[in-house]
Amino acid sequence: MSTTRLSLAYMPLLDAAPMIVAQEMGFAAQEGLDLDLVAAPSWSSIRDMLVFGRVQAAHMLSPVPVATALGLGGAGSALSAASVTSINGNILGVSNELAAKLRDAGHGFDLTDADAAGRALIAAAPTPLRMGVPFPFSMHAELLYYWLSALGLPAPQGVEIKTVPPPLMADAIAAGEIDAFCVGSPWGSIAVENGVGALLLAGSAIWSFAPEKVLCVRNDWAEEEQALLGRLIRAIWRAGRWLDEPGSRGLAAEILARPEYLNLDAEILDRGLTGKLTINSAGDQREVPDFIVFHDGAANFPWRSQAEWIAVQMAARTGLDRATAARLGRATFRSDIYREAMKGTKADLPGASSKIEGGLTERTAVASDGGTLFLRRNQFFDRQIFDPKRFE
Amino acid sequence: MDRGLSIVIVESDRDRAMLIVDSLREAGDFEIHVIAEVTGLSRHIKQHNPDVVLIDIENPSRDMLEELALASGPLDRPVAMFVDKSAEGLTDAAIEAGVSAYVVDGLKPDRLKPILDAAVARFRMFQRIRTELAETKRALEERKVIDRAKGMLMKAKGLNEEEAYALLRKTAMDQGRKVADVAQALVTAAGLLS
Repeated sequence: MSTTRLSLAYMPLLDAAPMIVAQEMGFAAQEGLDLDLVAAPSWSSIRDMLVFGRVQAAHMLSPVPVATALGLGGAGSALSAASVTSINGNILGVSNELAAKLRDAGHGFDLTDADAAGRALIAAAPTPLRMGVPFPFSMHAELLYYWLSALGLPAPQGVEIKTVPPPLMADAIAAGEIDAFCVGSPWGSIAVENGVGALLLAGSAIWSFAPEKVLCVRNDWAEEEQALLGRLIRAIWRAGRWLDEPGSRGLAAEILARPEYLNLDAEILDRGLTGKLTINSAGDQREVPDFIVFHDGAANFPWRSQAEWIAVQMAARTGLDRATAARLGRATFRSDIYREAMKGTKADLPGASSKIEGGLTERTAVASDGGTLFLRRNQFFDRQIFDPKRFE
Repeated sequence: MDRGLSIVIVESDRDRAMLIVDSLREAGDFEIHVIAEVTGLSRHIKQHNPDVVLIDIENPSRDMLEELALASGPLDRPVAMFVDKSAEGLTDAAIEAGVSAYVVDGLKPDRLKPILDAAVARFRMFQRIRTELAETKRALEERKVIDRAKGMLMKAKGLNEEEAYALLRKTAMDQGRKVADVAQALVTAAGLLS
């Protein structure tokens, strides 16, 4: 097979690992691909590079293709999520001032009890609570809106969610612009290292199986280059499988830490990869199991229902019709493309392309082509379920 | 009379900002504000209620502008990345030059064109300077590596400086590589062996 060069834009974050590992560990080469990995300064620049054909594929926030389909935000072309590349991995943190108040009120910072953390935060924080997220269309924002409104703090009256690029989060806290933040790795650990704030809660405590980043392409490109996209999906899928193998993550941290990628200390990246987090400048440690998942439990399958959940949340907030939003959103997570790409591999694909979100209290066997598929626990902190049938 | 469009420029480098302002003034009668401070960026932009926002594509605080696309009240004017591809390749030219323009909903392309043309010309110049700087820096780094490799060869093989360089050059030619790459390989290998 001849080698095809393909450009892929990414944000220098821990969860760009599947793309970087695909290139560095030979999974791309195995599919005859040579990835030109382009580090981007912002999510909006990634989206524009994709829309204007500067790159063919991108590491993208899962809500971006959905928001685009709903006509929110500035993208000029329809986008598709061809696979999910990571599950979970976000962390919520608070300013040192707020952390001290929470500690005085007896909060234990266990990172995994979203109900307790939310109630403590609401009691201790000023109203409206101002929280920073990296992008308006992000799982970070969706998790915060979901969590706080379920606890009786609706937006925009009770909470203001503001966009603050992670490198500027420290300044925003210092300037009193925000009280708390939700970011991806390694920015939470960097905030702790720099003495800016303390970690409060893992994103996975709000939704235990939240699709975080996707492999994003333009719709028209996906139609024209289906075979090429298939190769890319498989290369990244193999990288994800490698990343979830015990023993891979130390090496992954070393690769990501290199100057040409994240240019950071591997130890900082190791925290997010292992879920062994230092939560404050006093050095207190917490361990969050499955802090980030790259492969296990059909993690890479782009479930129609995941996109639908995102779409319905956005619609509720922006006043769009929910059923229409559900229909438009659903179409952006391309389980059809993914199934086609994974034919003939060892991947065991689920029988259905949509599922009840929040409906699995534990690891569960499900109907699949190979009969060996297990899905991971999938629960919201408030035990609500989201049934996509409601919008059919 | 038609009010001149209002433009906000987000740029923390004062000299660059002034250069952009100057070229816009030459292009027409606009009300121009420069915002240098990125903290509270979208709030500050809203206070000016601009028709057009110009920002460097490489600026990480660009994501803060995406909020402006979501009008939060009935009087708010949504501002979005200008993505109308039909407008004489305006956006392509802008992206090429490294400037992103956020434009208020409903603004006609012909009113935008002089602004973008001026901005694009200016940002092209910035980009040329940036490329030249990077090029100079790279050349300097290469010189340093070549000097180190030469020094190693002189010491290890008892060569003079000219002979050491000739050896590097010959090796590079034989292998079809750049002298700097061969020098880098030597320096790296020596680092591993020491």
